[in-house]
Amino acid sequence: MEQSGEYRINAARDEVRQAQNDPDVLAACITGCQSMTRTDDDCFEALVKAKVGPVSATFTAELQLTDVQAPQSYRIVAGVKGGAAGFGKGVAQVSLAEDGDVTVLTYTAQATVGGKLAQVGSRLIDSAAAKMARDFFGAFSERLSPPVAEDEAAATGTLEATVAKTAGGQWLIWTIAFGVLVLALVLAI
Amino acid sequence: MSNADTGIGASVKRREDLRFITGEGTYTDDLNQPGQTYAAFVRSPYARARIDAIDVSDALNVDGVIMILTGADMAADGLGDLPCGWMVKQKDGSDMVTAPHPPLATELVNYVGEPYALVIADSRHAARQGAEAVMTDFHELNPVVNLASAAQSEQIHAGIPDNRAYDWELGDKPATEAALAGAAHITRLDLINNRLIPNAMEPRAALGVYEKGTGDYTLYTTSQNPHLERLVLSAFVQVAPEHKLRVVAPDVGGGFGSKIFVYAEETAVIWAAAKVGRPVKWVADRSESFLADAHGRDHVTHVELGLDQSGRFVGLKVQTTANLGAYLSLFGSAVPTYLYGTLLAGQYRTPNIYVEVQGVYTNTSPVDAYRGAGRPEATYVLERVVETAARELGRDPADLRRMNMIQPGDFPYQTPVALVYDIGDYEASLDRALEAIDYQGFPARRIASKDQGKRRGIGFACYIEACGLAPSQLAIQLGAGVGLYESGEIRLNPTGNATVFTGSHSHGQGHETTFAQIVSDKLGIPFDDVEVVHGDTGRVEFGLGTYGSRSLAVGGSALMMAGDKIIAKGRRIAAHLMQASVDDVSFEDGKFLLAASNQSVTIQEVAFAAYVPTSYPEDLEPGLSEKAFYDPKNFTYPAGTHIAEVEIDEATGEVDLVALVAVDDFGEIINPMIVEGQVHGGLAQGVGQALLEHGIYDEQGQLVTGSLMDYCMPRADNLPDFIVDTTITPCTHNPLGAKGCGEAGAIGSTAAVMNAVTDALGVKDLSMPATSEKVWRILKGE
Repeated sequence: MEQSGEYRINAARDEVRQAQNDPDVLAACITGCQSMTRTDDDCFEALVKAKVGPVSATFTAELQLTDVQAPQSYRIVAGVKGGAAGFGKGVAQVSLAEDGDVTVLTYTAQATVGGKLAQVGSRLIDSAAAKMARDFFGAFSERLSPPVAEDEAAATGTLEATVAKTAGGQWLIWTIAFGVLVLALVLAI
Repeated sequence: MSNADTGIGASVKRREDLRFITGEGTYTDDLNQPGQTYAAFVRSPYARARIDAIDVSDALNVDGVIMILTGADMAADGLGDLPCGWMVKQKDGSDMVTAPHPPLATELVNYVGEPYALVIADSRHAARQGAEAVMTDFHELNPVVNLASAAQSEQIHAGIPDNRAYDWELGDKPATEAALAGAAHITRLDLINNRLIPNAMEPRAALGVYEKGTGDYTLYTTSQNPHLERLVLSAFVQVAPEHKLRVVAPDVGGGFGSKIFVYAEETAVIWAAAKVGRPVKWVADRSESFLADAHGRDHVTHVELGLDQSGRFVGLKVQTTANLGAYLSLFGSAVPTYLYGTLLAGQYRTPNIYVEVQGVYTNTSPVDAYRGAGRPEATYVLERVVETAARELGRDPADLRRMNMIQPGDFPYQTPVALVYDIGDYEASLDRALEAIDYQGFPARRIASKDQGKRRGIGFACYIEACGLAPSQLAIQLGAGVGLYESGEIRLNPTGNATVFTGSHSHGQGHETTFAQIVSDKLGIPFDDVEVVHGDTGRVEFGLGTYGSRSLAVGGSALMMAGDKIIAKGRRIAAHLMQASVDDVSFEDGKFLLAASNQSVTIQEVAFAAYVPTSYPEDLEPGLSEKAFYDPKNFTYPAGTHIAEVEIDEATGEVDLVALVAVDDFGEIINPMIVEGQVHGGLAQGVGQALLEHGIYDEQGQLVTGSLMDYCMPRADNLPDFIVDTTITPCTHNPLGAKGCGEAGAIGSTAAVMNAVTDALGVKDLSMPATSEKVWRILKGE
């Protein structure tokens, strides 16, 4: 599976980096996130309970950041295990750019999934991941930029994500853990 | 009812159906034992990996979990590998190369879904929870998934270079190549036969029981051949000796080949029953069925057909790579060889045929027999290339076939690929089918469709199959590990009714009805007085089961022989009762008649006398129970013509199968209604392969069509009202004149439908299934 996307976060890049120092903030922004810990300078481990169609499980995600060129770009290598529910692994290239008061996050990711996720979840994973990503950025953005009253339309606009599907056919998986967790942790740097 | 309503040739309603449709059937999962436990299997999520460590500590802490057994435990108990029952010889005369296949993987897993441990618990739920809590460290290895490049990929099994199990050939290569070199025209075609996943309505299941006091094992399981299962489990896997192991296959909800084989799960369940000391039950869920039932087909083929100036076939060369999956399943080696290459003469007098098959291992589920087993693949190759040749030469596809057909005067006909056809009349079924589809009217229908923005196409398949497996000596010469005879026993009870035992097994075929018709007709006793027993090694002496359309031709013939023995003994008893000479006693319609008199005794009276011998021949044993083993002298050769007509919507690419005609020659027919039902089911499966079904692994070896949401089975609205008819040339070498009907529908229809689709689209080939997306892209010129 290949995916790429761009998100505009209504906060300055420094603010985004501040938020990343608070794993609780990130955990709170990820639906189903039970814990998130930094295991090493460039390593994170998270537990996320997620559901894709008929597959429901607690996934353990291990993420390692490489090629860090703070604060502009990172490469993330991720492995996600869901026991009987399956597994995922992949890499993502992420960059953060400033655009005035807004931080623009773009990413390209390649991932594969296996086990039950691949067997019965492949048609559903994409929409499930997109929803989790949307939820995450919604919550994250809300924390960083307290909503301007009566300006709901604008807030919605900043959260609009363009998730381009570059690969035809099979929608491979694990976007659950990857699309969300990885993106979340990308932001956390 | 009189015998005219219930005897041979009568469309008796299936007596077993009442219990099936009222929920009174007894399937394996309906059986329960006191103290029963439940097993759940732990399966590999990877296509290829090394098992570094298995941590069961969390799983053992799950409430209700009793025991966890791994492949290492099984190996420590000395259980053997799951065998392949057919040794294929390679081109150079050497044996095929068989990879060891432990029931539970120990060091390496080689396909997604391969079991390596099982968790036994007090409840199904706890067993599953336990299985999910087993933590395994895998070291991933690069999987081999692509069939075409498998030989150039990493070696899956130690000591098996090129991932090749065998390189096999049949026919005369130099003569075929010379014939092709001299041909006026050569038609070439590259074909893929898509992987199918069987999906019987009832998933596989097993209930293992061990009696500590006696040391007896009983395995209830979804098997098409319980005696074969017992033989493999005792002789090869060595779970228990044959005389201490009873295998029962109760009501079974469909098999289509996938329940012939001896699998890891039932092996583990019967073994675990003794380890736990309590009965152990396992029932597959649909997801497990997708992963762990043997799949079908999966060939890549290049074919060349040479024709002379007049259109006569002069040579046929076929090169096939067959996907065997990660291990050789029970008959996995034979399906793409002896059940495939031998069928490539089809209905034609092609004088030179050569076929070579590479059997290849990949990191996918094992591939084995699925309805038709090799013969649909052969028919697909031959009938697609013949149709293509007709198009290339501008010939009518029916006429081109007709001029090449083996004629009634040619039988017995020795093909260039080993088989000897005993009888047939191929033009008769072709003519009947042309009439049924109104071939004359097709051009007008095509124009009418065009006017509505639709493309209409017509396609033929004139198939042959070899079934009635099989003459034992021939099968063993070709590599089979067992004989392929069948047993039948008729036990007349003292009150005159009959209990009939057959070694074949019914899992939807209606044997309880058909076999009762045969015995009722043979012995002149009422249909309702005949009980048919099957599927229990504790009740039936021996048998080889049901597959390859063999039950009637082989098992039915055994019952005819047993009936002859009953009559022979009955004549001696009757002669004694009538104080006459045996030579003067004849048998007809349930009565023993004394010549030149009006004296007779009924078979019921004879049965009573046999068990209550107040007046009885001195030199004769009491009782009236006879058994017979029938070993066929040849295969049987059902044949026929299937014609499909499709209409394709240019806007959507949707393929509408508007007509499907099947005219089959099954020899003599016992129950026309059951035969028609068998044909309907087979046609639906054949159409499913052509239009809907495809088992797909991604490049990592993950099965991405692992549920009924992604693997599309045919439904009623995908199918037209079938037009089904028969022609009859009776089989020359069995007492029923029957050939077999179980697979034909799935053998001919796939090629017919794809010939119709390619005709409508005006393309040479289109890989199956012809989904609306693929067809739409072709229509758009993509």
